Amino acid sequence: MVAVSSWGRLGSWEHQVVALTDRHQVLQQLQSSGSGIAHGMGRSYGDVCLNPNGVLWKTTGLDRFISFDDSSGRLVCEAGVLLRDIQRLAIPRGWILPVTPGTQLITVGGAIANDVHGKNHHIHGSFGDHVQRITLLRTDGDVIECGPQLREDWFSATVGGIGLTGFILTAEIQLRRVSSPWLDTETIPYANLDEFFQLADSSEAAWEHTVSWIDCIYSSGRGLFMRANPTDAEQRLEPAGRKLTMPFVPPVSLVNNLTLRPFNAAYYNLKKRRAGRSICHYEPFFYPLDNLLEWNRMYGPKGFYQYQSVVPRAGGQEVIQSMLREISRSGEGSFLAVLKTFGNRESPGMLSFSRPGVTLALDFPNKNEKTLKLFDRLDAIVSEAGGRIYLAKDARMPRSLFEAGYPKLAEFLPYRDSGISSAMSRRLMGN
Amino acid sequence: MNAFMNRKKIVIVGATSAIAEHCARLWVAESPVDLVLVGRDLVKMDLVASDIRVRSPMATVKCLQADFIDPAKIQALVDEIVKDGVINIALIAHGSLPDQQQSQENLHLCHDALTVNGVSPVLFAEAFSGHMQIANTGTLAIIGSVAGDRGRKSNYVYGAAKGMVTRYAQGLQHRLAKTGVKVVLIKPGPTDTPMTAHLKQQGARLANVEDVSRRIVKAIKQEKSVAYVPAKWALIMMVIRHLPSFVFNRTNI
Repeated sequence: MVAVSSWGRLGSWEHQVVALTDRHQVLQQLQSSGSGIAHGMGRSYGDVCLNPNGVLWKTTGLDRFISFDDSSGRLVCEAGVLLRDIQRLAIPRGWILPVTPGTQLITVGGAIANDVHGKNHHIHGSFGDHVQRITLLRTDGDVIECGPQLREDWFSATVGGIGLTGFILTAEIQLRRVSSPWLDTETIPYANLDEFFQLADSSEAAWEHTVSWIDCIYSSGRGLFMRANPTDAEQRLEPAGRKLTMPFVPPVSLVNNLTLRPFNAAYYNLKKRRAGRSICHYEPFFYPLDNLLEWNRMYGPKGFYQYQSVVPRAGGQEVIQSMLREISRSGEGSFLAVLKTFGNRESPGMLSFSRPGVTLALDFPNKNEKTLKLFDRLDAIVSEAGGRIYLAKDARMPRSLFEAGYPKLAEFLPYRDSGISSAMSRRLMGN
Repeated sequence: MNAFMNRKKIVIVGATSAIAEHCARLWVAESPVDLVLVGRDLVKMDLVASDIRVRSPMATVKCLQADFIDPAKIQALVDEIVKDGVINIALIAHGSLPDQQQSQENLHLCHDALTVNGVSPVLFAEAFSGHMQIANTGTLAIIGSVAGDRGRKSNYVYGAAKGMVTRYAQGLQHRLAKTGVKVVLIKPGPTDTPMTAHLKQQGARLANVEDVSRRIVKAIKQEKSVAYVPAKWALIMMVIRHLPSFVFNRTNI
């Protein structure tokens, strides 16, 4: 047994870890190990990738490319391949992942199972929108090939299906043309939510990537709006990619009442002074934290929660406003806070998170009851607005909110694999 | 044309081992090389080969099935590989971690473990070294282990085989010292690979295979005679080698 944590480090639990390396052997390994859940880089925050006292099928050894067609941009690979390795392979050849989340240190299987999104949702949707084919192994021995035009029901259950419909073995992904690794970026400070929504609305047509950092201390909602487009910038020196590691777990969270206010103020004012256009490499723009390895340790021994919700665009501003008011009043929160509008498109998966609306994501150092009580108040706001919480981030939402937020749950359940179970599936679906 | 003439030819024995596979990825990322993969399981080798071909369409990859035990077959295979041209790097990476307890109780298992981890790599190295000496060029890299530095109760059968590899490499370095052939002995510490999956279950701290492979490729490029990877193992093993028996025999390692 090995102690395994997820990214939030809320605890560590004993698991029997089964390392998968040979895709011809996987089915046999699944069948001989008992009920488990696929586990890649463990970058999801809550319990979606955990199965305490049970089996984890570790997919990082299934990291082989199978084929890549330079002329069509179709890539076939095993589910444990990292998005980082795809970017490094494809970008020099003129192709890029159409959708990528805020870290590239995740596996393809995890990106599909959580149907992750990125800063360009309004143009390119979620990760699942670019998956052409999935090979799904069922623990009863069935092998299901599915895609957007092939056994669509299985595809739609598996994309965003948090690993519960079967084991994702391989995937075919349609990459997108790109001419350089550089982005033309612009940073614009905003003083309140009115300004944010104006910026977001006016940027969607002309900018591929939009995102914003929000200062959660101020309920007015000040922040920094960032937008970017691919560019044909001339050859420049690529960033060295120097990696730092958070070397230990500090005894208390480094993000606390003493540090948060000055840190946020300094960040906001520094960036405000440097606002404007610049050319930026894709790695620091898409993955600002990937060079600080194990940054999740900074929240101390008790770990942290991330609360990410999406609420409909109509009335969204008032809803975000009242959430910010609650957070600011509580004095909780973190430097890591993101506010973003989603495009007007539905996601491919029955349990996909992204939907038309506006999403707010915030880290919270774990202070037990105090933090959970704040979440209850936020839940009430999200629930009343008809919103939902992101499963990839969640460790605690009540079942009622899950059921209300994911209306296709009943449609999804028949596709579950009875040999697969996770801490999250037991918490939210009862088994 | 020149680009092709300067292409490196690299042979990897035990090409489906995790360390070997990652070394292959690093080599093709550096330059388009001609790779020859040698292993027992062609199906598994094919997974590795197609991955390498995607990573580097300019590289060539050939898979050869090998018998790791029969000396005549080993000699014939190496002769065959050399016919295609001078080898720049041969990496001998095969092996399997036996269960110490079972090897003590079952002499067949003990014999197999000694053969596949000790005798077999030595035979491959001997076959390559002859050809390299004639060509007066090439780097022969052999993966030994920190376990070969001092026998200990928890894995001395494996350690004995790897110790044999160590002594062999020393002798070969002596023999080839005045030639253009370099012999590099790699001694990895416990590394996170399928071979050590059961150690991980017991809670061992294992080095990242990508990182270990990067250090191996670097050591081969620098033609080091002995490379502990990661380097901290040089220090740890120096201490362990020098512990007096009355202290060492009381430890539980």
